[in-house]
Amino acid sequence: MWEQQVAFWVLAVAMAAAAIGVVRSRNIVHAALFLVVVLAGAAAQYILLAAEFVAWVQVLIYIGAVVVLFLFGIMLTRAPMHDDAGALDNDQRWGGLVVALFVLGVLIALLVNAFGGKKIHFSNALVSLGRTSHVGTDIFRVFVVPFEVVSMLLLAALVGAVVLARKD
Amino acid sequence: MTEFYRQYLSVAVLIGAAALMFGAMLGAGRLLRPNRPQPEKFITYEAGSDPVGGWGQSNVRYYVYALLFVMFDVEAVFIFPWAVNLKSLGVYGLIEMAVFIIVLTLGLVYAWRKGVLRWA
Amino acid sequence: MQLNEFLILAAFLFCTGAYGVLARRNGVLVLMSIELMLNAVNINLVAFSAFTKNVSGQIFALFIITIAAAEVGVGLAIVLLIYRNLHSPDLDEVDQLKG
Repeated sequence: MWEQQVAFWVLAVAMAAAAIGVVRSRNIVHAALFLVVVLAGAAAQYILLAAEFVAWVQVLIYIGAVVVLFLFGIMLTRAPMHDDAGALDNDQRWGGLVVALFVLGVLIALLVNAFGGKKIHFSNALVSLGRTSHVGTDIFRVFVVPFEVVSMLLLAALVGAVVLARKD
Repeated sequence: MTEFYRQYLSVAVLIGAAALMFGAMLGAGRLLRPNRPQPEKFITYEAGSDPVGGWGQSNVRYYVYALLFVMFDVEAVFIFPWAVNLKSLGVYGLIEMAVFIIVLTLGLVYAWRKGVLRWA
Repeated sequence: MQLNEFLILAAFLFCTGAYGVLARRNGVLVLMSIELMLNAVNINLVAFSAFTKNVSGQIFALFIITIAAAEVGVGLAIVLLIYRNLHSPDLDEVDQLKG
């Protein structure tokens, strides 16, 4: 399936470039827009992996809601609207780079060693696995307790954020 | 399997066509328009008067509204798989979903009782 | 397709996010870098779900997306509080507990 391979690499290169944009951009609003590219690329990768429902949840919650929350955060902290060289980074840039490259090297060596040559087999069974009805059946029959705990977590987050953001 | 990808190929083609149209329209505008930059032209338009500061009117209370939107977005996302399986899940699924929605509604009631929804 | 292609893409995103958390000063940007790391985890989970033909990985990814939304909500509220008290969203300024 060479088409799949091409689609993967186009998306992967775009995602990697946008991820570097998120951590290197000198303008906070641009960083948020780069984050949208990474999130949309991840949604497209889920489609490639035939996880249809997860892909659209990614678009709805991440791109639709979380990025909006980030833009509100940028607005409310009165971020500088002009490019601000150096003011967004601290002095740990080189230390951070060394740590990130070291972790990346270790992870790649580990992954090649553990899963080198393993292939994902694409079939119609995989497509039906990611359908909303199949995912829904498993959420409501197997993962009942986590599902209810998530509602408690969201309630706690909402109450906590209301307490924190109230103007007193 | 290829059928699945073919369906999403049309989505990709649509996105590509939209990007192309967008780029063509802005590119044509750039080629055709006269370009005489003046510093006054870069000031934000604010109904004729000079703008005040950068993020003039932002208020921390907007944040609670954005957060409520996120919470109910998540709730809507979990209602989809329930709605698709409504018949097969039956009363069991109804009770699960009722508990989920009631717990999230408690958050809305809390925000209401604390008065953060009132714009005074 | 190779499983490793997805895993190495996720590893790259994770390390980029880790760099962002270490090197960024602005609280909002640190939270964005954390989102990059969470997305890397999600790509791993969905790739393994396709590899093992088991839907549990996708459901874990769904719960992680939900929890990330809650995390950003509380995290940004904390950054807003830091901004209100210190008049700057920079996390370096929060050093009052330092002896």
